[in-house]
Amino acid sequence: METEVVHTNFKSEEYFINMGPQHPATHGVLRLLLTIDGEIIKKVEPDLGYIHRSIEKMCERDSYQQIVHLTDRMDYLSANINNEAVCLAVENALQLEIPERVKVIRTIIGELTRISSHCLWWGVMGMDVGALTTYFYGFRDREMINDIMEETCGARLTMNYNVPGGLMLDIHPNFVKRVKDFIVHFKTKLPEYDRLLTGNVIFQKRTVGVGILSKEDAISFGASGPVGRASGYSCDVRKHHPYSAIDKVTFNEVLKTEGDTYARYLVRIQEMWESLSIVEQLIDNIPEGEHRVTTNAVIKLPKGEYFQKVETARGELGVYIISTGTKSPYRLKFRSPGFSNLSLLNHIAVGGKIGDLVATMATLDLVIPDIDR
Amino acid sequence: MILLSITENIHNWLFSIMPEGVASIVEMVLIAVVYLTIFAVAGLFLVLLERRVAAWFQLRIGPNRVGFQGLLQTMADAIKLLTKELTGTERADKFLYNLAPYFVIISALMALAVIPFTKEFHAFDINIGIFFLIAISSIGVIGILLGGWSSNNKFALIGAMRSGVQTISYELSVGLSLLTMVVITGTLQLSEIIEFQKNGWLIVQGHIPAIIAFMVFMISGTAETNRAPFDMVEAESELGAGFHTEYSGMKFAYFFLAEFINMFIIAAIATTMFFGGWLSPFGITESIPWLGVFWFLAKTMGLVFLMMWFRWTFPRLRVDQLLTLEWKYLLPINLVNMVVMALIVWLNLTIRF
Repeated sequence: METEVVHTNFKSEEYFINMGPQHPATHGVLRLLLTIDGEIIKKVEPDLGYIHRSIEKMCERDSYQQIVHLTDRMDYLSANINNEAVCLAVENALQLEIPERVKVIRTIIGELTRISSHCLWWGVMGMDVGALTTYFYGFRDREMINDIMEETCGARLTMNYNVPGGLMLDIHPNFVKRVKDFIVHFKTKLPEYDRLLTGNVIFQKRTVGVGILSKEDAISFGASGPVGRASGYSCDVRKHHPYSAIDKVTFNEVLKTEGDTYARYLVRIQEMWESLSIVEQLIDNIPEGEHRVTTNAVIKLPKGEYFQKVETARGELGVYIISTGTKSPYRLKFRSPGFSNLSLLNHIAVGGKIGDLVATMATLDLVIPDIDR
Repeated sequence: MILLSITENIHNWLFSIMPEGVASIVEMVLIAVVYLTIFAVAGLFLVLLERRVAAWFQLRIGPNRVGFQGLLQTMADAIKLLTKELTGTERADKFLYNLAPYFVIISALMALAVIPFTKEFHAFDINIGIFFLIAISSIGVIGILLGGWSSNNKFALIGAMRSGVQTISYELSVGLSLLTMVVITGTLQLSEIIEFQKNGWLIVQGHIPAIIAFMVFMISGTAETNRAPFDMVEAESELGAGFHTEYSGMKFAYFFLAEFINMFIIAAIATTMFFGGWLSPFGITESIPWLGVFWFLAKTMGLVFLMMWFRWTFPRLRVDQLLTLEWKYLLPINLVNMVVMALIVWLNLTIRF
């Protein structure tokens, strides 16, 4: 032992550092145990559970209408899409015929949610690499969507707009006009995002070639959403398993092959354009009809197992329900995209600098309540 | 002129009522107090300016409630910070921990002594003015290193080490770009450098190499003041608050104020060395010398605005890219630039009016 100490005298020493639970880069209460050699990352261990609310356990107690409200609190940035996942699972189990109007509105609201989530991500992405101004530009545009949501369903963040069987309320008379206004507005503002951040030399230096994820690793780690697609893994649920009115529109699945932080960034920017085009295609042809089909006051799913997956802003959200025929599920499991995307972190951040870790984490687009549930 | 007669009267009165040695000490203390007051207020004003400029860039309004257009906002903040409890870490090296903020603020304030506002409003006109500025401005990093090390926090330590590496590297570029301009003037005395520019500001006289030197100076000056896009030291998304994570109350305020005073100093040096200091453009107000303060401050504020502009626009560099920029690009450019400048001066190719 003594001789070893002598030999290591001139070696640099690795040390532990706690990033979080209160740290600006972790966007919530995620704790990362970093092993660092100077500035170079040797190991990243995410430590979860700081805001675990046992949503899945609570679901076993609640009725299906109540479960929808809990899903808002998971990935709060794509609350509508989470709602939709549970609603679709329940409706498919009951084999309900959903009116076309509901499907189209659900898709429009879902894509607007995706845009608003990506707006916030873009602002935070800029902030994580040190450009504080982007945050406010992202929020400016997100605010417009929030206003539309507020007018439509009365809430800005946790909307609870979808219910099993349709929508809680019909859309506001102003809805179509305001969404069209937003499309015009956002088409002029989205190029501004590129001018402010994408083309910046420093930004490209910070992101190109950082945190590279190969396609094989993306698949084996279960990456989904923009993270998987940036590595060339075609995993868009909307393309492969269309739901609601997605099969009525044409859109491209954005694929990049580089798999680095910059590719993940570009995929999300491009996805905003695609979502915008989906909304544009649907907004003029919302069919007339009922906004909700009547269901039993107490929904009892037939005995069996049901699975439904949707594409949230972060990736693939799966809802797995085991029903024994009672008013609440016997077991309900959410497959959240953030959890499997976070598991990549150690794989792609090792060897980089602290700054790289922060940039990489920003493009994984982690929402901690989604991971901890 | 009025200012000069007031100071002269005070000077004569002081020397008439007490012995010479005592009088000069009293005089120095008076000047120091005046300077400290002016710059504490100026620093607070700069903080407000930055907040308003940032708000302007970020589609916000910024502080506009306390006083007219929020003019008293930073005063209120300073009073709040003065009354706050000073907390610290338990296992901190108490002596160094308490000493560090003073290093930073004193080095910032000392550099102000040689800043030439006008011919008269110039506290300390020594013949090695530029040298003094470069030397003093490098003391500040000791404070940052001490603060980061002694506060017994790993994030603070990383911030301090980054600061050390950054300041030591970029000091070379600051010094060399200023030396490039000294090649034209042939003097280190700030007042003489400004007098020399009566035939045209140095950025015009030295044309191409001077413009390169100016750009290098602004880049490395920003890096030396640890401001974005070179704010490795307090990269909030990586290190929390960097080296001053563990400081609170007025000790934190010292670090904060020093950053803004340093920014003012860098802008003031650039004004002096490149844009003719107190001289008016084309000599339009040469007959009214006291307007020099206005011109000096106008030019300085223009450059301060430039620094704020890129602070609120650019992302932050990574620490290794920061060093690459200095050692692989700025330093060689600077060395070549200095030789080019020497050739231009030797061949008499400078532009003079």
